Amino acid sequence: MMYGFAWDTSTPLAYAISILPILGIGLIVTLEATVCGFAIAMGVGLVFALLRRAKSRLITWPVGLIVEFLRDTPLLIQLFFLFYVLPQFGIVLPAFLTGALALGLQYSAYTSEVYRAGLEAIGRGQWEAATALNLTRAQTYRDVVIPQAIPRIVPALGNYLVSMLKDTPVLSVITVVDMLNLANLIGDRTFEYLVPLSLVGLIFLILTLGCSALIHVIERVLPKRGIALR
Amino acid sequence: MNPIIRFSNVTKRFGALTVLRDFDFEVKQGEKVTLIGPSGSGKSTVLRILMTLEPFQEGTLTLAGMPYHEPDGHGPFKAREKHLRQIRSHVGMVFQSFNLFPHMTVLRNVIEAPVRVLGLSRNEAECRAVDLLNMVGLADKKDHYPSQLSGGQQQRVAIARALAMRPRVLLFDEPTSALDPQLVGEVLGVIRSLAHEHDLTMLLVTHEMRFAREVSDRVCFFDKGQIVEQGEPERIFSSPEQPRTREFLASVLG
Amino acid sequence: MTWTQLLPNLIKGAEVTALIAVASTLLGAVFAFAAGIARVSGGRLLSAIALTYIEIFRGTSLLVQLFWLYYALPLIGISFDPIATGIFGLALNIGAYGAEVVRGALVSVSEQQREAAKALNFSGAHTMIHIVLPQAVIEMMPSFCNLAIQNLKDTALVSFISIADLSFHAQSLRNLTLQSVPIYTLTLLIYFAMALVIAAAMRWLENKLRRGAAFPKGAAS
Repeated sequence: MMYGFAWDTSTPLAYAISILPILGIGLIVTLEATVCGFAIAMGVGLVFALLRRAKSRLITWPVGLIVEFLRDTPLLIQLFFLFYVLPQFGIVLPAFLTGALALGLQYSAYTSEVYRAGLEAIGRGQWEAATALNLTRAQTYRDVVIPQAIPRIVPALGNYLVSMLKDTPVLSVITVVDMLNLANLIGDRTFEYLVPLSLVGLIFLILTLGCSALIHVIERVLPKRGIALR
Repeated sequence: MNPIIRFSNVTKRFGALTVLRDFDFEVKQGEKVTLIGPSGSGKSTVLRILMTLEPFQEGTLTLAGMPYHEPDGHGPFKAREKHLRQIRSHVGMVFQSFNLFPHMTVLRNVIEAPVRVLGLSRNEAECRAVDLLNMVGLADKKDHYPSQLSGGQQQRVAIARALAMRPRVLLFDEPTSALDPQLVGEVLGVIRSLAHEHDLTMLLVTHEMRFAREVSDRVCFFDKGQIVEQGEPERIFSSPEQPRTREFLASVLG
Repeated sequence: MTWTQLLPNLIKGAEVTALIAVASTLLGAVFAFAAGIARVSGGRLLSAIALTYIEIFRGTSLLVQLFWLYYALPLIGISFDPIATGIFGLALNIGAYGAEVVRGALVSVSEQQREAAKALNFSGAHTMIHIVLPQAVIEMMPSFCNLAIQNLKDTALVSFISIADLSFHAQSLRNLTLQSVPIYTLTLLIYFAMALVIAAAMRWLENKLRRGAAFPKGAAS
C-alpha cells in the first residue's frame, strides 16, 4: 500500500494496473523536474551563448571552459556536488530544486551550443544588409536573426528536452520521489521488480516517442519558408 | 557646390595590413563614379567604409558635411551608434551576394526597413515597394521567397530594397560578380536606368568595363590602396596615361 | 583526510570506470555497426529488429535499463555479475545512439559512389565493406567522439548496481569523511580529465583514418 493505493500481485497484469496510479504520482514529479530543469537550461544556456560571443577573451575563455566542464562531467556527480556542497555555503534548497538545478546546469552546456550554432549559421551578409538598411541591433535580432535561427534551434532543443526527460530518474538518488524511485520502493516491498521496472520503461518509451512526434509536428509548422536549413 | 562624399587622408588598416593609406577622394552630388582595379586593391573597402561596415583609423571622412568620426567618439568607429545611424540614413548598398533576408517574401524584404526605420505605415511602404518592384520588373514576384528567384532577380530585389530607403548615395559592390553570365544583363539594365536619376549619387565597383564606360561620369583606377588614375571614362579607356592602368585594362579587356 | 589521501582512493575507482568505459564503448560500437548496417541494408526483418532495438534503448532511461538488467532479469533466470551487467547495459544504450550515427553516415555516402560500385559489378557486401564503410566511418568520428564522452559520463550510473567505480568510491568516501567539497571536486576533475583523454584519442583516430582515406594503402607505397 502506498499513497492509499493497494497493489494486487495475483497476475502481472493486475499488478501493473494496480501500481499504475502510484507511478502516475511519480510521473508528475518526473515531468515537473524536466520542465523546471529545461527552463533553467534554456535561460542559463542563452547567457553562456551570449557571453561566448563577447569580444574579450577574458570572458569567452573562462566561459568556454565552464561549458566544456559542465558538458564533460557526469550529471550524477554534479548532482551530488550541489546536494552536499551548496548547504555548506548556507544555500539549502529542497531536493527537487537541487535536482532541477543540476539538470538545468548540465543541459545549459548543450543548449548554449545549440544557440551558438543557430546564431553562427546566419551569415555575415545578413548582418551587413541589416546595417545597410539602418536597422537597429534589436531590430536586427528580432526581425532578421532570431526568425532564421529558430527553425534551426527548436528541433535541437527538443531533442535535448527528450534527453533530459530520460535523465530525471537520476534525481531519485537525492531522495526525489520520481517514477523510478517509486518503482524501486514498490519492488522492495513486493520483492517483484520486473513489472514495476518494465512499466517505468514502457512509460518512458511512450513519453519519448510522443515527444519526438510532437517535435516533428512543431518542426513542420514552424515558419521557415525560404530558409535553407542545411 | 560642396562634394557629398569627401575622404581626406583616410588610412584603413586590417591588423598589420594597410588597405588605404592617406586616401583622398571626393564625389559630387549626383555623380556616377565607377571604381575599377585588380581585386584586393581597396575598392570594396571604400564602399564598406562609407556604409559603416568597416571602421577606419586615421583621417577624416564626411558625408553631406557630416564627419564619420565624432570628436569625442569611442570604439572602433569613433562614433556613437546614434551618429552612425544618422549617416547610414543617407546611404544604401547593394551587395555582391544580394544578402536578401531568406525568411521574408520579396515584398517584406523591401518594406521591412521603411516600416521599421523610417516609420512609414505598412500601406504606404507597400505602395512604394510595388512601384520599385515594378521598376525592376518584379512586381509579379512580390509574394515569392528569395530562394524561389534566380540570382539576377534576387539582385534586382536587393536594388529595390536599397532604393526603398531613399538614399542620397547608393553603393554597388560588384553587383554582378556572383551572377551567371546570362543574368548579368538584366541587373545592369536596372542600374543603367538608375544612372539617369539626376540627384542620386552612385558609387559602383565592377569588373564590367563596357558598362562602366557607358554609365559613369568618372572612372577611378585603383591599385594598392590608391587611386592611380581617374577621369572621364572615354579618356581612361581609350588613352590611359599610367602604365599600371594600361596593363590592367589590357588584361581585363583582352 | 587530506586531498592527497583522498586521491589514491578515487584513482582506484577511476580504474574501474576506465575499464567499464572502454569495454562498453567498444562493445557499443559493435552494436552500433550491426544495427546501423541492418537498418540501411538488412532486409525488412533485420531492419525492423534493429529499429525496435534502437527505439527501445533510445526511448527509455539508461538508469531504468540498468535496473531492469540488474534487478528484473534475474527474476526470470538471467543473471550476470554486476560488472558484466554494467558493461552490457551501457553498450546496449550507447550502441542504439551509435546505430543512428552509423545509419546517417552510410546514407550520406553519395549515390554516385554506389552507382559506380554497381557499374563495376561489385556485390552488395563488397560495396558496403570496401566502398561505403571506409568513407562513412570518417563521417561518423565526430559523433562517435561525443557518444564516447557521453558513455563515460553514463558509467557513473553503474554505481547504482553496486559496481565500485569512481562515483561509488566518491560516494562512500563522502559518507565516511563528510568532506564533500574536496571529494566531489576531485571526482569531477578526474572525469573531466578522462573526457579530455577520450576526445584526444578520438581526434587522433579520426586523423589516422582521414590520412588512410586520402592515401589508400596500395596507392601510397
